Amino acid sequence: MIIELGHFALALALAVALIQSSVPLIGAARGNVAWMNVARQSAVLQFVLVGFAFATLIHAYVTSDFSVVGVYENSHSAKPLIYKISGVWGNHEGSLVLWVTILSIFGALVAVLGRNLPPALRARALAVQGMISVGFIAFILFTSNPFLRLFPTPAEGNGLNPILQDPGLAVHPPMLYFGYVGFSMAFSFAVAALIEGRVDATWARWVRPWTLAAWTSLTLGIGLGSWWAYYTLGWGGWWMWDPVENASFIPWLTGTALLHSAIVVEKREALKSWTILLAILTFSMSLLGTFLVRSGVLTSVHAFASDPTRGVFILILLAVAIGGSLTLYAIRAPQMEGGGVFAPISREGGLLINNLLLTTACATVLLGTLYPLITETLAGGRISVGSPYFNGVFIPLMIPLILLMGIGPLLAWKRGDLAGALSRLKLAAGLSVAAIVVTMVIAGFSVTDIGGAFGIGMAVWLAASSLIEWSERVKFGRTGSWARIANLPRAAHGMTIAHLGMAILIAGVSGASAWKTETIQIQAPGETVQLAGYALTFKGVTEVPGSNFTAERATIEVKRGDKLVATLHPERRAFVQPPEQTTFSSIHTTYASDLLTTLGEKQGDDGSYVTRFYHEPLVPFLWYGILLMGFGGLVSLTDRRHRVGAPRRTAPQAMPVPVAAE
Amino acid sequence: MTRKRRRLYFVLLGLLGLGAGAALVLTAFQDNIVFFYSPKDIAEKPVCEQRCRIGGLVAGGSLVKEGQNISFDLTDAAATVSVKYVGILPDLFREGQGVVAEGRMNNGAFIASNVLAKHDENYMPPEVAKALKDSGHWKEGEAPPAGMNNN
Repeated sequence: MIIELGHFALALALAVALIQSSVPLIGAARGNVAWMNVARQSAVLQFVLVGFAFATLIHAYVTSDFSVVGVYENSHSAKPLIYKISGVWGNHEGSLVLWVTILSIFGALVAVLGRNLPPALRARALAVQGMISVGFIAFILFTSNPFLRLFPTPAEGNGLNPILQDPGLAVHPPMLYFGYVGFSMAFSFAVAALIEGRVDATWARWVRPWTLAAWTSLTLGIGLGSWWAYYTLGWGGWWMWDPVENASFIPWLTGTALLHSAIVVEKREALKSWTILLAILTFSMSLLGTFLVRSGVLTSVHAFASDPTRGVFILILLAVAIGGSLTLYAIRAPQMEGGGVFAPISREGGLLINNLLLTTACATVLLGTLYPLITETLAGGRISVGSPYFNGVFIPLMIPLILLMGIGPLLAWKRGDLAGALSRLKLAAGLSVAAIVVTMVIAGFSVTDIGGAFGIGMAVWLAASSLIEWSERVKFGRTGSWARIANLPRAAHGMTIAHLGMAILIAGVSGASAWKTETIQIQAPGETVQLAGYALTFKGVTEVPGSNFTAERATIEVKRGDKLVATLHPERRAFVQPPEQTTFSSIHTTYASDLLTTLGEKQGDDGSYVTRFYHEPLVPFLWYGILLMGFGGLVSLTDRRHRVGAPRRTAPQAMPVPVAAE
Repeated sequence: MTRKRRRLYFVLLGLLGLGAGAALVLTAFQDNIVFFYSPKDIAEKPVCEQRCRIGGLVAGGSLVKEGQNISFDLTDAAATVSVKYVGILPDLFREGQGVVAEGRMNNGAFIASNVLAKHDENYMPPEVAKALKDSGHWKEGEAPPAGMNNN
């Protein structure tokens, strides 16, 4: 009964979304306040309805109601509670409901928090949100209904794919979706601005916090996915340029560009139509990402949902959303004359190059991801585009970006002093060269180490120049620097933190790519292998029962010299339902490098097993870097200028410590 | 600076970015695209002398292991290719299971540098499913051909 109520609520939400997407538009065009206010009421109502539908779905999963098809196919009564809940979005239908739920949350937030917004802009933006809701809810109701019943009711469910039964992956999709859907705010405001034909600093101030929130969530979500792949998939890989990973990375790249170009709109009223275009593209890429993963069109390690029959609906949805908004852009953008004229060497010039590099990188990743699809459709041949392509294209584009990330923040708005900025960065350049030399010395001057050492040099360059910029800004070490630190806008702290995070991430990527070592062998109990100065002794395997699986648990002693540093227990887990196996790696970390062990299959009667050991230098830096980037985003979000609807500050430097704003 | 000049810089920068991107993409594509073939393709024409991937089912009874020297037959029911590989096979590599091998053809045999099997017992790599469908031996929704689930 409850599930039917959920179904009904979602159908009602579709009706509400139809109203939300039409009435406020007419109201805004005619200046009818009551009709415009319909946007807010319907956005809140829609949140209540969709939220209720989502809750009924969670209820069905938690109570293991196998009369619901989705629950039967994706859940099992013996599953731990957290995976019953995460099972809701572990499949195509449920994940779409999660998507619209998050969309409705954002809509309600605009309705509630957006009191200071110009009423017409708010009405139009919410109407665009309503249109997105209409598309998605219709898609759910007509092609992907999660509320379908099954008769007769099965006694037990099929269970969730065991590799998805992991705490990291339970929260990974919601975080990604929060990011994807968050970009819909920028999109809605962009389309609303196009309808109004006006973009100004206020608009940018409105779009930035939503974009920042979405970006932060997407960053952390991608990081979480990478971390999951690293410790579960069993080969110690944290980024494979898999289409599913690319699907989330592509909007991240355009989203990062949008984040930076919106600053130019806010500060200088320039790059307006470019920013609008980026907002449209970012959300388009999010839509594409959602559907690339969910439609199963791509050959992929973890494309676990596949039903090409929905393809037509998806294509129509994409065509309307992307085609419609781009058409509107083509008609309206020429009328939006950009204000500020600026010199190429200036903060805004730097941000423009940042945008150019990020969008070029995005285009190359997109091309590589879709190329197999294109050739298969057009030429009939099947090809795969792998890591070498992506590394070959992506890394050369990132090098100038990282160099520029050091310089850009030191350039002034309007007219920057490049020579001055470079001379202030002498220390950073020196440290960076020193880092390269030191790394080469430690690594032993081999040609294969050049790439890694260069990467470490880039990381040091970025970290040092970010810190130089920050300490110059607060005149660090001189009297009153603490007060200046407290008074510096949080967005500035946020930038420094996020850029530092990026530097640490680069160090992690470089180290992990250049100096990863691994050994795969068949080991009988008692045998020892050497890896990166560690001696790993395989002690044998015992069988251990788990909650809904039985595990073969190995014991591996890790010694450095004569000293026992760790005892690791990698596992192979055999699940009862569905009858699948997963590997569960065991990691010894020094917080600067990891020793990752996984257990393979049994090889004969003497108790010998395949074992895989990976030494992963600097991999923990990946996670530190991503966390720091996310933290930077959060710090920046607390800036009172980013507070939704906050009035414009008049005296930029005279702001007191924002106690009153808490 | 005039609006025109600014626009010129804009366009030049854009072209530069586009050009650099295109150059990178072209060089990377030239070196790094891996073609995918089915055993049927291999049997019909001489392909894959450099590097490619082939996908199919591991033929029942064909797996021979001598330490780390491994050979097996890969089939899509229309044709069969014998594969040689030195190393340790991935977990879930079974006779009757769909796998993808990367390597090149040499004297009628496929020398694999890498063998990929998937995590899910019932999972068939989409390329393999496509190869089987193309050869007319399997339709979507039907039970997989006999010998596939013999583990």
